[in-house]
Amino acid sequence: MEPSGAPRLTATQQEQLRVEQRVFDTYRVLSDVSPHTQSLILELWRDKHMEFLTRGLRLLGPSYHVLDANRPWICYWILQSIALLEETVDLQLENDIVDFLYRCQDTDGGYGGGPGQLAHLATTYAAVNSLITLGGEKALSSINREKMHAFLLRMKHPSGAFRMHEAGEMDVRACYTAVSVASILNILDAELVQNVGDYILSCQTFEGGIAGEPGSEAHGGYTFCGLAAMILINRVELLDLPALLDWVAFRQGVECGFQGRVNKLVDGCYSFWQGGALLLLQRLSLSVEEQLKVSYFGREKEMRSGHDSATSNLHEGERPDAGLRPGRELSNIKLNDIGFSFLEGETACGPLFHSIALQQYILLCSQVLEGGFKDKPGKHRDFYHTCYCLSGLSVCQYCRSEDFGESPPPSGILGPYANLLEPIHPLFNVVLDRYYEAHSFFTGPS
Amino acid sequence: MDSDEDERVPFSRRPEWSDVNPVPQDDGPNPVVAIAYKDDFRETMDYFRAIYQSDERSPRALQLTTETIRMNPGNYTVWHFRRLVLEEINADLHEELDFVAHVAEGNPKNYQIWHHRRWVSEKLGTKAASVELQFTKKILALDAKNYHAWSHRLWVLETLGGWEDELEYCDKLLEDDIFNNSAWNQRYFIMTRSPVLGGLQAVRDSEVSYTVKAILSNPPNESPWRYLRGLYKGDHKLLVTDTKVSSLCLEVLKIDPNCVFALSLLLDLLCYGFEPSGEFTSLIGGLKHSSGDTLDAKFANTICCVLERVDPMRANYWAWRRSKLPTEVY
Repeated sequence: MEPSGAPRLTATQQEQLRVEQRVFDTYRVLSDVSPHTQSLILELWRDKHMEFLTRGLRLLGPSYHVLDANRPWICYWILQSIALLEETVDLQLENDIVDFLYRCQDTDGGYGGGPGQLAHLATTYAAVNSLITLGGEKALSSINREKMHAFLLRMKHPSGAFRMHEAGEMDVRACYTAVSVASILNILDAELVQNVGDYILSCQTFEGGIAGEPGSEAHGGYTFCGLAAMILINRVELLDLPALLDWVAFRQGVECGFQGRVNKLVDGCYSFWQGGALLLLQRLSLSVEEQLKVSYFGREKEMRSGHDSATSNLHEGERPDAGLRPGRELSNIKLNDIGFSFLEGETACGPLFHSIALQQYILLCSQVLEGGFKDKPGKHRDFYHTCYCLSGLSVCQYCRSEDFGESPPPSGILGPYANLLEPIHPLFNVVLDRYYEAHSFFTGPS
Repeated sequence: MDSDEDERVPFSRRPEWSDVNPVPQDDGPNPVVAIAYKDDFRETMDYFRAIYQSDERSPRALQLTTETIRMNPGNYTVWHFRRLVLEEINADLHEELDFVAHVAEGNPKNYQIWHHRRWVSEKLGTKAASVELQFTKKILALDAKNYHAWSHRLWVLETLGGWEDELEYCDKLLEDDIFNNSAWNQRYFIMTRSPVLGGLQAVRDSEVSYTVKAILSNPPNESPWRYLRGLYKGDHKLLVTDTKVSSLCLEVLKIDPNCVFALSLLLDLLCYGFEPSGEFTSLIGGLKHSSGDTLDAKFANTICCVLERVDPMRANYWAWRRSKLPTEVY
């Protein structure tokens, strides 16, 4: 019984306490067992995950009809998970996937949610990332880049933002998927980039994170999308980076995982959206620091005015000051090279979040022993959460490497070292070696 | 139960559809991520494809999209085509709102529904404002943090108006659940965008008082702390000089010296040039003692040390912040 007069808990507090209870129960088991058993509990159940993933790649039950307009997404979630696990699909299946995605490609460019469906930016992103993840001449050359460019231009709105599909909704997600696809296919240009930065900037909220649309609430998914897109179009320094970092850093909770918004529940998928954003900010730490210093002691005003004049008379895509890291000579940077040059150089600081704690949440609270991953204890597994929990796990494992893709120290891995996944390119969320292959394919002599 | 589904007659047995040849999905010889569709789903989609390909914008096409959407409200192609049909046949858009409301009941977190709703209400114009505000209120009563519903509500207010009772509504939501961050976000939206109020500057004092009260009633609630900073957005100087802010930190830390939000705000105040005096001095002494920091250490440094200890999830972040403190900081 609650003592009378004690304040009643609100709905948010009650739900939060319920989740904390379940999560802490899970962790208690870990602290009560021997180190050997601990290591077993913290193992990544690779075989089980592969079983779950490969089955889904062929046939899905009738309840999946609600995802009938998202089939390239299902391909991507599964293929990306398989690639992270350092596995491959057999050649026949690979060919069939290329064939299927080709059927989703609109004759006027872009990919729809299934054969014959209207081209849509999100499924376009999923299809392109799927084909890159498969790799190889057949998969990569199946993308019609010329038509793709035309499609992306058709989706562009005068405000700078993109629409998801013809006459569809407009938001930061659309901006990211359009920019990501264009950048990785080496077709990003000044026309596509125009005003995108201003639109995304208008979505950064007073909280520090980025919302889907101007005025909405800061949200993990949109924050990753907005930040990654800003980096890819060379406009990241328009954002208030210290405020962004502070907001994202605060999203990791006592449950060890990330929440998507302030006072919302933890969810395994934000391991990537928020953890990935923190990895991007880690790479950008010198820019964050630069802004931080300027904000100190009310120096922001001087900076702002100087900043504006520095950007006003520049050509699109050629802003010389908007370096990924200050001090690096980035004049004449080409838009399409940003994704590649982001990987170069060393990281100036260590991880900005608790990467071991996050691995604990992913392995103990999200991992399903029968294969796959889920949002939180009490929920069911699905391919979406499997993809983003594994992507988040990879982010955690490599965030202590000084160079992208370099093997991390054992101290950075929770559980056996065999848990180590493939590294990803954090701007596109494709496995690093597939990214390199695609990059040389699309930038090489045609 | 949906009566339509109970009594569903296959299209192949409906005389009014006898002239249409269903178009099967072209999945190729070896499909992947193939969904084991139920017969009625497959058949409905086959007829949809036929009508979509022939671009037949007719009343029966509208009826067909109704059935298709009920089976899968996530199919944006069907919604898109439905809009073309609605325009062509000049359909009653009020009826359309009822349809969307019905679909939204089971699927309140679907992009297509909300985009469609926006399209319809834009066509209806300002007279749709009150209906839309009422509708989102109904959805938010079931889930007070539904992201789509909030985005729609913002759009309605900005595009169609209806600001008059918005603050009252927001007050009530915060009264119900002071931790509802979506409601705090809405409050900020009202303060900065409502034509009824005079903008952030005009409301700042009263909003700061409101927020301080909310914080003191529940210091571990992050929402009002972020809102408070938002009230001073772009003006760090005012944040530093407004004694209400520093006094709040002091008051909270006297009750709970480990309050992360108070410590982190105080850290920022110091970095922006706040010069602590009076009661802060004894607070500093206490913190230095508890953190084991040397007596001559900078106050900001001590705060970072305390944060690294009491907020282990963000220990890396605080350590990084500590390494970047300005030289002139207290």
